[in-house]
Amino acid sequence: MRARRASALIAIAAPLLVAAEKPTLVPDISARQVQIRYSFSGAQLLLFGAIAYPDGRPPSRPPDIAVVLRGPVQPILVREKQKIAGVWMNADSSRFRSAPSFYAVASSRPIAELVDERAASIYELGIHNLQLSPGGGSLPEKERHFEAGLLDLRSRAGLYVEDPHGVEITDGILYRTVITIPSQVPVGTYTAETFLIDRGRVVAAATRDIQIDKTGIERDVWLASRRHRFLYGLACITLSLGLGWIAAAGFRRRG
Amino acid sequence: MHIYLPIAGESVNAIVIIALGFVVGVLSGMFGIGGGFLTTPLLIFYGIPPTVAVASATTQITGASVSGAMVHMRRGGVDLKMAGVMTVGGLFGSIVGAAVFRMLQTSGQIDVVISFLYVLILGWIGVIMLKDALIALGVVTTTTAGKEPPRHNRWVASLPLRWRFYSSGLYLSPVAPLAIGFGAGVLTVLLGIGGGFIIVPAMIYLLGMPARIVIGTSLAMVLAVSAATTMVHALTTRSVDIVLAALLLVGGVIGAQYGAILALRIKPDMLRLALAIVILLVGFRMLLGLAWQPDEIFSIEYL
Repeated sequence: MRARRASALIAIAAPLLVAAEKPTLVPDISARQVQIRYSFSGAQLLLFGAIAYPDGRPPSRPPDIAVVLRGPVQPILVREKQKIAGVWMNADSSRFRSAPSFYAVASSRPIAELVDERAASIYELGIHNLQLSPGGGSLPEKERHFEAGLLDLRSRAGLYVEDPHGVEITDGILYRTVITIPSQVPVGTYTAETFLIDRGRVVAAATRDIQIDKTGIERDVWLASRRHRFLYGLACITLSLGLGWIAAAGFRRRG
Repeated sequence: MHIYLPIAGESVNAIVIIALGFVVGVLSGMFGIGGGFLTTPLLIFYGIPPTVAVASATTQITGASVSGAMVHMRRGGVDLKMAGVMTVGGLFGSIVGAAVFRMLQTSGQIDVVISFLYVLILGWIGVIMLKDALIALGVVTTTTAGKEPPRHNRWVASLPLRWRFYSSGLYLSPVAPLAIGFGAGVLTVLLGIGGGFIIVPAMIYLLGMPARIVIGTSLAMVLAVSAATTMVHALTTRSVDIVLAALLLVGGVIGAQYGAILALRIKPDMLRLALAIVILLVGFRMLLGLAWQPDEIFSIEYL
């Protein structure tokens, strides 16, 4: 159904594209909205689309695709533990003003083979090219040290992902990739960027938004704990008193 | 079966959490303890953020102490005046505790302080229980001197402004129970424990309260303070996860029933020995966590 819509889009867009000199991208995503429900244990997103060439036919040397999915940026503080007087405790820390909460890049070939370092850092392709905006005032070595720690931590948590062969291109026209979102991602607007890369240059780019939201009871509970703190606290106390009372009643019947 | 915790912001295996609540419930049914001192570290080991673990364990303590407090209430084993005075101290303690909690959170030392206090407390209780159990089992013999300990602690007796506590048959200054309640309140906020195991010896040895009234009074006070602390957490740290608390409570409520049945069937000294070993193991694991290089050197805090 979605595939049919995508092909319909291509059919509509095709006459317009003929006039353009460069190829363009027609991207789509399997879901525009991801809803976090009680059983949410992560989600798989299928990001797919087509490359529309000016003459309608792929060239003999088809271009490459890189797909980036990123979550909302957050200001964070990274702390480092050190052994002080025999005890491991937080000693040093460094701020990052714009660390993405989630970042995944999938490409048809390793990023290093697709673009040079300059282009990679402009388009933030690859987790080592993220613009994290470290808080000023600290030494560059210290910043790099903390950045490495942050990248390592989030890579292992599945929050920063690189998949150098994740994009599959069929007949030089259709591309698809699957990106897995773990359960502990924050809510917000995620952006999916698709880059068409030919001979080391980004020749086309397209962006789509995805909403990740808590829904149903989870959303209500979360909102209640933020907006109606007193009532939420009261509900927690009532719950514990009620269950405790039921237990006591059960005891009496048994005893 | 995975369930998403809205406040903790992650999925957990509901069966594991209910089982954890069940185990702690069995212990609390058997020994009349709140069990918060086991819930919180176990939740932290499982990967729940420490602040959420502490706040949600507090909710479980309220539920665990309700049934016990009701039983003692019916038997007249609660000194309401004493419990009231201690609760007032506990409320001030929880407010001060919340301020300390915030301060430690911003300086980044909250985890170390929580672990450190747990090592001290678990080590202390574990050693006392182990000693008691070994004496009861006849492994160790004691040479108890025939000297009767003084009825009142010297420091407590010297405090001014004495009140009469009729149910306890005591005539002493309310400052002492206020101070004990205050300490318990601070610990409840910081560690997510009811503090029963600290209040009970304090009431017996410092205040000289009769034993038949100590447990009920302690439970009534823990009930009030843990309920108030849940509210303090809901208002300040906003880290009470009602779904997590409900899972723990369901397990705990069922566990407490089995615990009470088991307590009648199995030799209690063996159980106490087992509990002492569990407590010492948890404490030892926390000590290792402080002394050994942690799995993660770096940690992320959201601003």
